[in-house]
Amino acid sequence: MAERITMQVARYRPEQEDAPTFQEYEVPCPEEWVVLDGLNYVKDRLDGTLSYRWSCRMGICGSCGMTVNGEPKLTCATFLSDYAPGPVRVEPLRNFPVIRDLVVEIGDFMRKLVRVKPWIVRDDEKPVSEGEYLQTPQEVDEYKQFSMCINCMLCYAACPIYGLDQAFIGPAAIALAQRYNLDTRDEGAAQRHEILSEHEGIWGCTFVGECTEVCPKNVDPAGAIQRYKLTAAMDSLRSLVMPRGGGAQ
Amino acid sequence: MAKRSLEPFLWLLFSAGGVFAALLLPSLLFLFAIAVPLGWLAPPSYEHLLGVLRHPLTRTVLFFLCSLSLIHGAHRFRYTLYEGLRMQHLNEVIVPICYGGAIVGSLWAGYVLLYMR
Amino acid sequence: MSGPRTASDYHPRWYRPYISTYWWLERRSYFAFIMRELSSIFVAWGVIYLLLLIRAVSRGGGATRYQEFLAWSVNPVVLAINVVTLGFVVYHAITWFNLSPQAMVVRIRGKRVPPFWIIASNYLACIVISAAILWLVLGGGS
Repeated sequence: MAERITMQVARYRPEQEDAPTFQEYEVPCPEEWVVLDGLNYVKDRLDGTLSYRWSCRMGICGSCGMTVNGEPKLTCATFLSDYAPGPVRVEPLRNFPVIRDLVVEIGDFMRKLVRVKPWIVRDDEKPVSEGEYLQTPQEVDEYKQFSMCINCMLCYAACPIYGLDQAFIGPAAIALAQRYNLDTRDEGAAQRHEILSEHEGIWGCTFVGECTEVCPKNVDPAGAIQRYKLTAAMDSLRSLVMPRGGGAQ
Repeated sequence: MAKRSLEPFLWLLFSAGGVFAALLLPSLLFLFAIAVPLGWLAPPSYEHLLGVLRHPLTRTVLFFLCSLSLIHGAHRFRYTLYEGLRMQHLNEVIVPICYGGAIVGSLWAGYVLLYMR
Repeated sequence: MSGPRTASDYHPRWYRPYISTYWWLERRSYFAFIMRELSSIFVAWGVIYLLLLIRAVSRGGGATRYQEFLAWSVNPVVLAINVVTLGFVVYHAITWFNLSPQAMVVRIRGKRVPPFWIIASNYLACIVISAAILWLVLGGGS
C-alpha cells in the first residue's frame, strides 16, 4: 500500500489565465482516505488557494461531484488507494462552465429542476385534520428508486447529449419529474408533460445510458426517461385518437 | 396544450421497428445473406420459396418488418447525424431525407409484396 | 443561460471547454453507443437486400431471376458487406434486448419481474422466431 500519492488537480484562475492548468500535490494515502480527504489535505496544508465544493462528505448532499481520472465521481465516495500508485487527476465536473479551479456553474441545472416542478402538485390539499395520505408499499415502490436522486449532476457530466446541446433538459430533471409523476399523491403529470415533451425534453435523449452508469445512487435516470417516453407517446396517441375523451392518466 | 409534435409518433414507430428488426432480421439475414450464399445451407427451391412468400400472413409480416425497420433505421440515423457529426443545424434537410427515404422504401416494399406473379 | 462575457472582479470569465466532434472516440462506452446507432444503416441495407430477394423470386418468369440473385449474393463485395451487416444487425438485437428492462416495467401479480427474466424472455422469443423462420423456409425440398 503506497504511503503517498500524487494528485494532479486542475486549476483555473480567471483573473490570471485563459484556460485551466494542472498543479501537482503529493498527499498521504491512508487506506480509508477518499479523494476529498486528499483535496482537504491540499487546502489545509499545501495550498489554501484551491477552490472546490463539498459538504456532507458521506454521499448524500451531492456537492462534491468532480471528474476523477476522466470519470464523473463523488470525491467523498472515491478511495484514493484505488488509484495507487497514482497519479490521480482531479478536474471539474464535465459539461458545466468552470468558475474557478474545481467549482462549476450549476445554474442551468437548477433552473431546469424548478421547471419540472419537483414537488407534489395537487388541485386541492387535504387539511391536516383529515389525516395523512396513505400509500401501499407497492405504490411507494413505483417511485422510490427515482426519489434517491441527490442532485449531484454526475449524470449531466456523463451525458454526451447534454455536452453537445446545453438546451437538453437532462437526466436528473426527467428522473425527478418521473418521481413525482409516479407518486400517487401527485396530480401534476399534465403540467410536467408540457415541459418534458419539448424537443429538448425527453425526445432529445437517445438512450446512451451513461447517466445510469455513473449515478452513485442507482436512480437509473435512463430507465426513467425511456419509461416516460412510452407514457408520453401513448398519451399523444390517445389524444390523437380520442381528442376529447380518454380522461387524464 | 403544447403544439402537436411528431416526435412521440416517430418514437413509437422507431420502437416497433426496433423490435421487428431485432426478432426477425438476424435469422433472415443469416439465412439468405450468409448461409445460403456460402453453401452452408442448401437454398430453398424456387417453388417452395414462392409458395411461402405468396401466403398473406407472410406478406403482412414482411411488410411490417420492412416498413417499420426502415423507419427505425431512418430515425436512429437522423440522431446519429446530430450527435456523431453535430449536424443539428442541417435538420431541415436531414429530416426529409431520412424519413422520406424510409417512406419511399416502405412504398416499394408494399409494391413488391402486393404484386407477386 | 450563457455567462457574462467580460472579466471583472465580480464576474470572472467562465471556462467552457469545446466539445470535439469526435467526442465519441474518447470513451469505450461512447464508441459502443455510436456503433449501436450506426447499426441503423445496416438494418436498412438488410431490409433492402431482403426486398431484392423477394422481388427476384416473385417477379415472375420462373426461377431464372432467383438463380441470378443467388449468384449475385456470392459476389465477394456483396458477401463482405453482408457479413458486416449481419454483425451490426446482431449487435442491434443484443443491445436492444439488453436495454428492454429499462424501457418497461413488467409486473406479475403486483411484484416486479426482475430485469434478468425480461431480457431472457426477449432472447427466447428471438430464438423461437428464428427457429420458426428456418423451419418454414428450409422445410421444402431443394
